[in-house]
Amino acid sequence: MILRMIRRTVSHLDGPLIGLLLLLLMLSVAVVFSASGENGERVVSHLSNIGVALVAMLLISHIPPQRLMQFALPVYIVGVFLLLGVALFGVVVNGSRRWLELGVTRVQPSELMRLAAPMMLAWYFHYKQETQRGRDFVLAGLLLALPVGFIAKQPDLGTSLLITASGFYVLFLGGLSWKIIAGVATVAASALPLAWNYLLHDYQRQRVLTLIDPASDPLGAGYHIIQSTIAVGSGGVAGKGWMVGTQTHLDFLPERSTDFIFAVFSEEFGLIGNLFLLLLYAAIIWRSLWLAAGAPSLFGRLLSGSIVLTFFTYAFVNMGMVSGILPVVGVPLPLISYGGTSMLTVMLGFGIVMSAATHKKLVKT
Amino acid sequence: MRYRRRMEIAGIIAGILFLGLFARFAWLQVVQYDHYHALAENNRISLVPAPPPRGVVYDRHSVVLAHNYSAHTLEITPAKAGKLEATIDQLSEIVEIGSGDRKRFKKLLAESKNFESLPIRNLLTEEESARFAVNRYRFPGVEMKARQFRQYPLGSSFSHVVGYIGRINEQDQQHLNEEGLLANYKGSDHIGKLGIEAAYEKWLHGRTGIEKVETDSGGRAVRLLSRTPPVAGYNIYLHLDAKLQQVAESVFGDYRGALVALDPRNGGVLTLVSKPGFDPNLFVDGIDIASWRELNDSPDRPLINRALRGVYPPGSTIKPFMGLAGLELGVRKPSDSISDPGYFSLPGSSHRYRDWKKDGHGIVDLKRSIVISCDTYYYGLAHKMGIERMSAFLSQFGFGKKSGIDLDGELPGLMPTPEWKNKRFKQPWYPGESVIAGIGQGYVLTTPMQLAVATMALANDGVVYKPQLIRAWRNPADGKLGYAAPQVLNKIKLNPEYVRLVKEAMVDVTLPGGTASIAGANTPYQFAGKTGTAQVIGIKQGQRYVEGQVAARNRDHALFIAFAPADAPRIVVAVMVENGGHGGSTAAPIARKVIDYWLLGKLPSQSAAQQLKAAAAAEQVEENEDSGPAEEIASPALPPPLATETPE
Repeated sequence: MILRMIRRTVSHLDGPLIGLLLLLLMLSVAVVFSASGENGERVVSHLSNIGVALVAMLLISHIPPQRLMQFALPVYIVGVFLLLGVALFGVVVNGSRRWLELGVTRVQPSELMRLAAPMMLAWYFHYKQETQRGRDFVLAGLLLALPVGFIAKQPDLGTSLLITASGFYVLFLGGLSWKIIAGVATVAASALPLAWNYLLHDYQRQRVLTLIDPASDPLGAGYHIIQSTIAVGSGGVAGKGWMVGTQTHLDFLPERSTDFIFAVFSEEFGLIGNLFLLLLYAAIIWRSLWLAAGAPSLFGRLLSGSIVLTFFTYAFVNMGMVSGILPVVGVPLPLISYGGTSMLTVMLGFGIVMSAATHKKLVKT
Repeated sequence: MRYRRRMEIAGIIAGILFLGLFARFAWLQVVQYDHYHALAENNRISLVPAPPPRGVVYDRHSVVLAHNYSAHTLEITPAKAGKLEATIDQLSEIVEIGSGDRKRFKKLLAESKNFESLPIRNLLTEEESARFAVNRYRFPGVEMKARQFRQYPLGSSFSHVVGYIGRINEQDQQHLNEEGLLANYKGSDHIGKLGIEAAYEKWLHGRTGIEKVETDSGGRAVRLLSRTPPVAGYNIYLHLDAKLQQVAESVFGDYRGALVALDPRNGGVLTLVSKPGFDPNLFVDGIDIASWRELNDSPDRPLINRALRGVYPPGSTIKPFMGLAGLELGVRKPSDSISDPGYFSLPGSSHRYRDWKKDGHGIVDLKRSIVISCDTYYYGLAHKMGIERMSAFLSQFGFGKKSGIDLDGELPGLMPTPEWKNKRFKQPWYPGESVIAGIGQGYVLTTPMQLAVATMALANDGVVYKPQLIRAWRNPADGKLGYAAPQVLNKIKLNPEYVRLVKEAMVDVTLPGGTASIAGANTPYQFAGKTGTAQVIGIKQGQRYVEGQVAARNRDHALFIAFAPADAPRIVVAVMVENGGHGGSTAAPIARKVIDYWLLGKLPSQSAAQQLKAAAAAEQVEENEDSGPAEEIASPALPPPLATETPE
């Protein structure tokens, strides 16, 4: 009886993927413990974040994709309106207009768009799957450009690029022709100098310049990159050992439980640890792409694929930033960094992937 | 199927990008490992210099003239402190930070490099230290340090001898760099600027130690890894007698001037007074502008060491040496006498070189010429001797030459020659210039130190020692005392008969009938001396110098040279009293009191005795420290300082 209940509860989870995720989460607890300087409170709070995220994943895995699909359009529309509200009445924090004041609480609608945009596109392609034509991609592109434009204007370059990426993954998986991809890439590359001069803000330019030559501003913007690169490099092959990274424990690393946690990991576990982490990520991505490809509905396939590739993007951008080959953008290392929101959204994503893969093909309505 | 294909492509691209990341990690962690390992160690480990305690300066009886004490300072490392103004404002809520502190900090900041730590507040009280310790976490880059401070307990009495230390400036840094000593000054903020502190800097400083510490990003030491202890500087014992120095100072009263007392048996400097002095403690941590202006602009010129840098005409104090020159060069015989009409004229000239006594002294021989200080005798003698022979003979006594005392900044004075005049003024030497040189006027210029050295040569029958302040030193490494050997500068060949005659005349100067008879009354020892008066302004032909009519600063300088006891001299004194008037009435009594104290232990007066801080200081000398170095003299010269092998 109880066994059946449990089986029912986990019926929509994928065993191998859950195993890999739990392994990664265990690793994250160890790293957060070291990064926080043996701060027990921080670890307890991290564990409770993980618990909440796991429950959320479990719950969403029970929601069939067709039910999710019904939400795609309304959520997207609400999201766009909220972004419009931000642009008109938003609160400025640190020079960016990202927040909307709602009496008791503030919301950041761009966070909502991270999931709403790929869902909308996946729904669109699903809806049009019988009659799909070239111009559908154009329309889908516009659907994506609308929220991205708002967010870029806030300005929040990092989020707008990541949402662009997640939307692009839907288009790509939906069969966007290689010619168009090549064309857009060419246009984008040639527009880069223009964007540099007219679209980017000073601080954004500075971040890129700092990446190229961190030593030009060693105590300012370059400090993060310099110190994290030192942490990674000085880890060597075998690492300095858990809890004894000098860059970490002597306070040289900034943001070391959150965005720069990879530097802690890399310093303490070295190249071997990094290889292990990359393989773990690769295994998770491989397994979930496999699940996505096997999803019965087009909506499920596209949305899951986009979620997985976005997960990859976060991991890649974060590690690239910490090791000094990508500019500093506020992206956490998924499932390792301390922080409830990121933990929750990533695990919800995997819940959707599992749900899409395990629910029976839906009857066309 | 199309979708599966796209998924595969995406997976492959992701894999390739991960491989790229792995390549980057391998580059950093394998290829560049040494580089980043070194950077991390650099981050982690700092070498903190441990400055050595500076050597203590004592007088001959181990009275402390310069020493150190510990106190807490608050220091800021600008590079690590963030916004300086805000930091200082916040600090001022915890400890008192005056506008003077802020100004000094700004000055130091302008002179320094960013990564040095600079004091914002010195001498924290216990309460302030505790308050900062509690709030320390709020102030990255701010540290409380236990520092050694230099103090000069006897203050202005020794400002010109012991000098002072001050903060190392760019010029000092350059000097240290040239001498290869910069490494030994890491962690030291101060360096000797004047006096003994400057002259024996290398010995007093000691050798800097090194602490290897692990620090966090705020620059705070977390753990001590290893330590090479510093080696303290040498303690230095001077020939000076602090009490004698203060006696000499007190008997000057309000007069400006200088007094040098030497031990003729070895050249040891017993006293070196230059009045007025200044408080050397003001200079240690940077003098404030108001005090500096006051000192620098004062018409009394307290910053000038008159004993070494004050050049004055020697006046009649030159006469014993001139008289001796006349005998030694065969220009005069002891029995040769002149009849003094009160003036001297060169042959074929009507210009009268007047004696100080209008109607003359009558019949005057050598001995009498010294006792009553007859000018006319020396006008004629100098004319006959000529400037070349005069200059050559007197130079042997140190006139016109630096004495070589172990202090910086001494001036050589001037013993003129025709060559000198030709070079300087492009003019020939005129006979009249020899005439006035004979009574120590004209071009002849001496420092009080030179007068003392020349008098020592006379007292020693021709043996000239280099004046030395240093008497002994204690090496902190082995605790052993070393002694400075006397250094003979010259042994002048003199006829003992002639020297005896001149000395007898100088004894008679202080007896009834002599120019210093009042100052010389009732001495239980043989007191030899010579008065002198040096003109500050020229008196025109046909005019007389009347003391009362001359402005105070244009009055004559009073001079006196002396040694005692005359038969076996133990002290030589040269006194110069600026604008003091007559040597006999102003300068001679000062010398008498100094000698009285030295030979008899007699203090000038009860009230004066009470002012002697040295008396109190002497009683505080701890017996175990050491009761002053013993009399014997051993080591030939000061060994090389400790800082020969410099730490990294």
